Amino acid sequence: MNNIKKNRLKDKAFQVWGIFCTFLGLVLLAIFIGAILIDGLQRIDWDFITNLPSRNADRAGIYTALTGSVWILALTTIIALPLGIAAAIYLEEYANKGRLSSILEINISNLAGVPSIIYGLLGLEVFVRILEMGASVLAGSFTLALLILPIVIVSTREAIKAVPKSVRDGSYAMGASKWQTVSMQLLPASFGGILTGVILSLSRAVGETAPLIVIGALAYVPFAPSSPMDEFSVLPIQIFNWISRPQKGFEVNAAAAIIILLLITFIMNAIAVYFRNKWQKKLNN
Amino acid sequence: MVKKDKEKLIDKSIKRQHKLTANGVRVFYDNFEAIRGIDMNIKANKVTAFIGPSGCGKSTFLRLFNRMNDYIEGFRLEGEILIDGENIYKKKVNVEQLRKQVGMVFQKPNPFPKSIYENVAYGLKIQGIKDKKFLMEKVVDSLKQVTLWEEVKNDLNKSALALSGGQQQRLCIARTLAVEPSIILMDEPTSALDPLSTAKIEELIFELKNKYTIIIVTHNMQQAARISDRTAFFYMGDLIEYDSTKKIFTNPEKKQTENYITGRFG
Repeated sequence: MNNIKKNRLKDKAFQVWGIFCTFLGLVLLAIFIGAILIDGLQRIDWDFITNLPSRNADRAGIYTALTGSVWILALTTIIALPLGIAAAIYLEEYANKGRLSSILEINISNLAGVPSIIYGLLGLEVFVRILEMGASVLAGSFTLALLILPIVIVSTREAIKAVPKSVRDGSYAMGASKWQTVSMQLLPASFGGILTGVILSLSRAVGETAPLIVIGALAYVPFAPSSPMDEFSVLPIQIFNWISRPQKGFEVNAAAAIIILLLITFIMNAIAVYFRNKWQKKLNN
Repeated sequence: MVKKDKEKLIDKSIKRQHKLTANGVRVFYDNFEAIRGIDMNIKANKVTAFIGPSGCGKSTFLRLFNRMNDYIEGFRLEGEILIDGENIYKKKVNVEQLRKQVGMVFQKPNPFPKSIYENVAYGLKIQGIKDKKFLMEKVVDSLKQVTLWEEVKNDLNKSALALSGGQQQRLCIARTLAVEPSIILMDEPTSALDPLSTAKIEELIFELKNKYTIIIVTHNMQQAARISDRTAFFYMGDLIEYDSTKKIFTNPEKKQTENYITGRFG
């Protein structure tokens, strides 16, 4: 066999292997989702969403967990957004590009890789105990805000960095101050990118379980939280709780709750993708 | 005492004859000397062209006048740059204020990713002007000055990025004019444009010089010859020759200048 033939064969072999690898993950995911749908779809109806938890699988609903998740999501956004965006603006536009800023940069990237249960321990100590928030929605939100902060900062910086230098030059040459350039040019121009990063990080937060269990979120909460200081549960914890029950009925409930949770994250990701595409079009135009 | 004051006054009035003055200017980027001691006077309401091969320091020199080099790491200036007799590198100088007086047009058209209206109104808005009627008048007036008004009058809310390259560059000039600077710096404003758009911008420059002092960096010899009153030839960070454009292009003093404008190097 000559060399050309050999190379073509290798090429072909890799192509087949590549296709296999690509589809492996997708197929497994499809099987999983398919199984969940078969199990859980029959259980989803309005009652399932609006019912309070119950010892009886047929009457148990996700209302408390769902409102808990919504509360957590909202408060986490309110806490993490201003902090993360401000930090990103500072690092990208104000900080001197020196030793200190590169140390900060590396450590923020490292923080994004810290296991979430560590954040849970931090939250337990700082928010639940020292700041005496208890196992409340607020404590959970602060903990998750810390968890997603590095992701928000990194993605916001990327979005701001993607605004062409010529826009900054133009703004400064017109006599704009730094803050005017940031607030009137860079933030509007990078809005889509920032939003994408924020939504993606929030869709991670909505699926987090470990840190919330550590700070003491409960699997069984009789009522939906009505203030930030209330105790709460969230969807993933509810799912975890139902799955560990022996009765068959709760397994179906868990599958149904998984569908709801997946739906929420899929919708959030879809919104993120939509804004990213729209934003890229705007910048490349 | 009185005599000294008088001398000072005369000294100042001599300075004031020149819109822009460079005294013993040296520029360093870390240890690299980009400008090696340049003295230069630029008169008001004239077009001055900076020519020279790439990397000769003409853009660096241009950007001294609105302090756009300040952002470059390792930038250091020796000597002084005067505008209307005032050193613009003094500590108490307000850089934002300076840039309202000294506008700049860049090599590549760089409209903001905003509407046409917002682009032109930007300079006024950052000065805190909110009067809608005044802003609109200014926008219309500026767009008319750059002969863009007829082309965009129905699309003021459309994105500036949808305009053609030549239109974008005229928009960038309009947004500079809107804040009524007295000096306009142009860094190869037509190098990214087609011949027709270039011609339009050149006509515009010719008209603008009645009201503004214009400095233009260009790689296009014909352009320098066509539109400028005075021409400065830079080479390797030195000002080789600076004279009336006619003199530079017909009978230059220095051999280097002649070689460059006849295309023998650079």
